[in-house]
Amino acid sequence: MSSRSLSESSAWPSMTVLKLEGEGDDWRLHLEGEWSLSAIAQIEAQLQELPGGLHGTMICDWSRARAPALGTAWALLMRLHGLGSLEIRHSGDPPHFLQLLQKLAAERRAPPAAPEPPESVGWVGELGRSAVLQGRHAQGVLDFFGRILVVLGDAISRPRALRPSSLARHIYETGITAIPIVALIAFLISVIVAYLGAQQLSRFGADIFVVDLVTISVLREMGVLLTAIIVAGRSGSAFAAEIGTMQLNEETDALRAMGMNPIELLVVPRVLALVIALPLLTVIADAMGLAGGGLLSLLNLHIPLVQFTYRLREALAPTTFWAGLIKAPVFAILIAIVGTYRGMQVRESARELGRLTTVAVVQSIFFVILADALFAILFVQIDF
Amino acid sequence: MPEPSTPPVIQVRGLVSRFGAQTVHDGLDMEVQSNEIFGVVGGSGAGKSVLMRTILGLRAPDGGTVEMYGRDVQQLAAADRSALVQSYGVTFQNGALISSLTVAQNIQLPLREHFPASEAALDQLAELNLGLVGLAADDGRKFPAQLSGGMVKRAALARALSLEPKLLFLDEPTAGLDPISAAAFDELLLYLHSQLRLTVVMITHDLDTLFRTCSRVGVIVDGRMITGTLDDLLQNQNPWIREYFHGPRARGLSAHG
Repeated sequence: MSSRSLSESSAWPSMTVLKLEGEGDDWRLHLEGEWSLSAIAQIEAQLQELPGGLHGTMICDWSRARAPALGTAWALLMRLHGLGSLEIRHSGDPPHFLQLLQKLAAERRAPPAAPEPPESVGWVGELGRSAVLQGRHAQGVLDFFGRILVVLGDAISRPRALRPSSLARHIYETGITAIPIVALIAFLISVIVAYLGAQQLSRFGADIFVVDLVTISVLREMGVLLTAIIVAGRSGSAFAAEIGTMQLNEETDALRAMGMNPIELLVVPRVLALVIALPLLTVIADAMGLAGGGLLSLLNLHIPLVQFTYRLREALAPTTFWAGLIKAPVFAILIAIVGTYRGMQVRESARELGRLTTVAVVQSIFFVILADALFAILFVQIDF
Repeated sequence: MPEPSTPPVIQVRGLVSRFGAQTVHDGLDMEVQSNEIFGVVGGSGAGKSVLMRTILGLRAPDGGTVEMYGRDVQQLAAADRSALVQSYGVTFQNGALISSLTVAQNIQLPLREHFPASEAALDQLAELNLGLVGLAADDGRKFPAQLSGGMVKRAALARALSLEPKLLFLDEPTAGLDPISAAAFDELLLYLHSQLRLTVVMITHDLDTLFRTCSRVGVIVDGRMITGTLDDLLQNQNPWIREYFHGPRARGLSAHG
């Protein structure tokens, strides 16, 4: 009779849980020590060390196994199953659930093969696939935009479709509550621009042109762009998360089932609210930006406010203010549509909700900046 | 009355639970013995789920004590608390499966946390637990959103069983299931109860489940618990209990008698 301990080369040399004895057709497997679930790692490792290709009978002796668990007993059965054509018997007070496990093991079919990973199609294929996906995506957005237009068209004959109370709530949430942060950021940014500009311009004795720098940059670009980015972060994410959660709770399906249009109830009020709120916020941001520039000019460059306003009138073309403000509703539409569209896309899981909310914010900021670039080119071309 | 030979698994004494001015439990007593299936019933808002959350230590009682295995659950040190939590399994009303993980990963989640093992071993354990609750190994690869209601309940049970608890808490395990699935769940529960020698505490409104599985039932009425076997409760003269067991929804029950 040969006897060997299977623990010698294992990673847990202090714990022996298996001892195989015997030769030929006659084997005994002694189960010893801790057999609770907490020892699963040791047991698994030592089971793997059992030699394969055995035949004959094997008697598993449970008499010295402490607190055997379902999981560890199952691991043993699974391993013995793979050892070869053995007839297995259990002795020494085997655990009461062994029969249940044997029944499960007998019913067990061959482990299902993992689904094959999609065939690699090479980079040309990838390119084609993403082009098709983008195409479908664009189609989806277009479809969504069309549905919004249908509701708006409908509203001409049926103004109630605009949901005034819902609209008011969203104007409050996206507009009024955003005033403090928009005002503060516009003020601070214009102070920074004026300060850094003054450092450069004062070397040429051209301090007074700080006024041009601040007013043109704030009114044409920064007022509206900063406001749009803040609103995209605040409200774009809120739109996606609110509508996405409603999707998960089947609330949108409930609305549809009650004969109501989720686009009309959820999407259009948000889009309209933002189209109204964003230009107003932009005006506030413009005013705060000019105030910041004026204050810095007074304190840092000692330009009195009277001179600041005089220079301001000189610097501004009649169109400067409108060149900034006209972009606000466009940005608002982009932010609101991206946010609500992503929200409506949420299906199934909380992870989807988080992912699409993130996508909504990132994409709406991207589209805002892209649109801003297009506006810049357009305004130069038409000399606006 | 002589003391039972083994101490009760759960002993609740004089439990008081309040939400603002509203008192849900007012001196509730409850005792669950080892190896029984104990049903908890009560009207909507009677505080069944609150009771379960309190026993699990998820909510501090406003009065009274909750003991599990003879130890006050509110007074446990962190290490004992962790050991206690590992000794029971819980299923929640809606399954509470983590939606971003597959069913197999849900089952492996507590195992991974408490008993590090190889991936192969974890896969085997997931397969075992799926088998125990009558799900196919294939189902393990599905996400919770892809499962039917009955499968969600079974998957939640598989996850509750993964740490091999001796005590199971089930919150409305058959709610939302068709009668055939619900009956199958009853049989599964009875089978696991006998094979694994489990103690089960089950909140349920399903009278069929109560009659099929529960050895004793506690009814929460007016903030207190009236406990007895079903035969006792059928004879009980409390108006709410009479209405519950003899009301229009209870018609088929005579067949059980």
